[in-house]
Amino acid sequence: MIDFAFFLEIIPVLLAGLPLTLQLTAASMGIGFLMALLLALAQQGNRRIVVWPIRAFVAVFRGTPLLVQIFLIYYGLGQFRPSLQAIGIWWLFREPYWCAIVALSLNEAAYGSEILRGAIKAVPRGLTEAATASGMSKLLTLRLIVLPLALRQAIPNYSNEIILMVKGTSLASIITLMEVTGIAQGLISQTYRAVEVFVAAGAIYLTLNFTIISALNALEIRLTPYRARA
Amino acid sequence: MKIHRLAAVAAVLGMLGFSQTALAQDAPKAITIATEGAYAPWNFTTPDGKLDGLEIELANDLCARMKIKCTIIAQDWDGLIPSLKVGKFDVIMAGMFITPKRLETIDFTQPYAVDPGGFAVAKDSELGKLGLSAEKFNLDDEAASMAAIEKLKPLLKGKVVGVQAATMMLDFVKTYFGDTVEIREYKTTEQHDLDLAAGRVDALFAQQTALAATLSKPEFADYTLAGPGFVGGLFGLGTGAGLRKEDTKLKEMLNAAIDGAIADGTIKRISEKWVKTDVTPVK
Repeated sequence: MIDFAFFLEIIPVLLAGLPLTLQLTAASMGIGFLMALLLALAQQGNRRIVVWPIRAFVAVFRGTPLLVQIFLIYYGLGQFRPSLQAIGIWWLFREPYWCAIVALSLNEAAYGSEILRGAIKAVPRGLTEAATASGMSKLLTLRLIVLPLALRQAIPNYSNEIILMVKGTSLASIITLMEVTGIAQGLISQTYRAVEVFVAAGAIYLTLNFTIISALNALEIRLTPYRARA
Repeated sequence: MKIHRLAAVAAVLGMLGFSQTALAQDAPKAITIATEGAYAPWNFTTPDGKLDGLEIELANDLCARMKIKCTIIAQDWDGLIPSLKVGKFDVIMAGMFITPKRLETIDFTQPYAVDPGGFAVAKDSELGKLGLSAEKFNLDDEAASMAAIEKLKPLLKGKVVGVQAATMMLDFVKTYFGDTVEIREYKTTEQHDLDLAAGRVDALFAQQTALAATLSKPEFADYTLAGPGFVGGLFGLGTGAGLRKEDTKLKEMLNAAIDGAIADGTIKRISEKWVKTDVTPVK
């Protein structure tokens, strides 16, 4: 007993939340990626004083649920308003939008840094040694040899991350951000038709993720034509 | 032979738990009542994990009157009606207003409480300086209530108002203040309380009894109830127990029990204990 007219009615309503879903994904993937790259590179030196705090950060953010992280950053830090005001960063934590981006970015930084650390490690030693032998500086080797290979290597894992992030943004509705899932829950409370609304919301996420996967596959094939799947 | 088969089917259905609701309307012997467990003082979860509050005490009283065994469970607010419909439990007692919209989907007993909605703001805000008015406006009396709303609008212009999502409180703010304020939707009232204390929202709109309970806590010393209370209209008839439309026998029993609890002053006693005012519906 599927009511197509009802689907046509709710899909535009749900799509109104899509810009927010995309903004949260893009912002936290962007910030998260930069942080992840810094964390991964910082760990290459193997200095304990640098590596251990990073390991601890990664362990905490990979080992706790995203839901808990969002709650702690939003409601938890909300209770330290006087201290945050004193150091002048309350404006950031006052807004649910920034809190969501902070939580999602930190989460992404933790996962991404592990992916990139592995990818950098996977660059054959012979290549970096050859670069050193031909007189390239460390920075130049990093820019011309290590990073291009590592980033290409990381694409499949990173596309997973983007998809997880798209789905992760659905948790932003618990801190009052009305993205696709938040709107869906509102619609259910108005119509009490949980199945249709969640199916429609699911279809939106599926379409979005399918588009992202296709784009990244195309990028991967372009960068590694010799490995292209038939 | 055929009769045997029918009996077998009935027995299987009975084992699956369909017998009480799907077949004949026998008086149920045991029911499960769902509440939210996050709406003090109506229903809330104590630090040791037990459910307590006005509705929990009332539910136990009603069950004693009906002489049936009740199990009370907690369930997220936005899952209450869908779960009731698919039979996860039999009755909702969660500060839920009886509204025409909800009556399309489920049935309600007669109201067991009537409690106005109102604003809570910081004491030093424009609305806060006005203080709490004892006036209650019935939204069905459009002229009077619109005049009251127009008086509030300039005081709330551009403010951020926190309300619980999927409630009549949200519908009220959307309908009457949608063009005046920025609305933030929260899963539970506990969450919007936290954000009022954190200064992320300028005002809350909720049932006045629930707000009064929140504001009695020390961290809310700088906040106050303000403006008049609103009843009727989209708030419906008051707070009632929700149940499936087909459970007519259970509705009869609950209505009789509520009648009893109103008549002998039980609701008055319980509500004065929990919400400091008498919320007994006027019959």
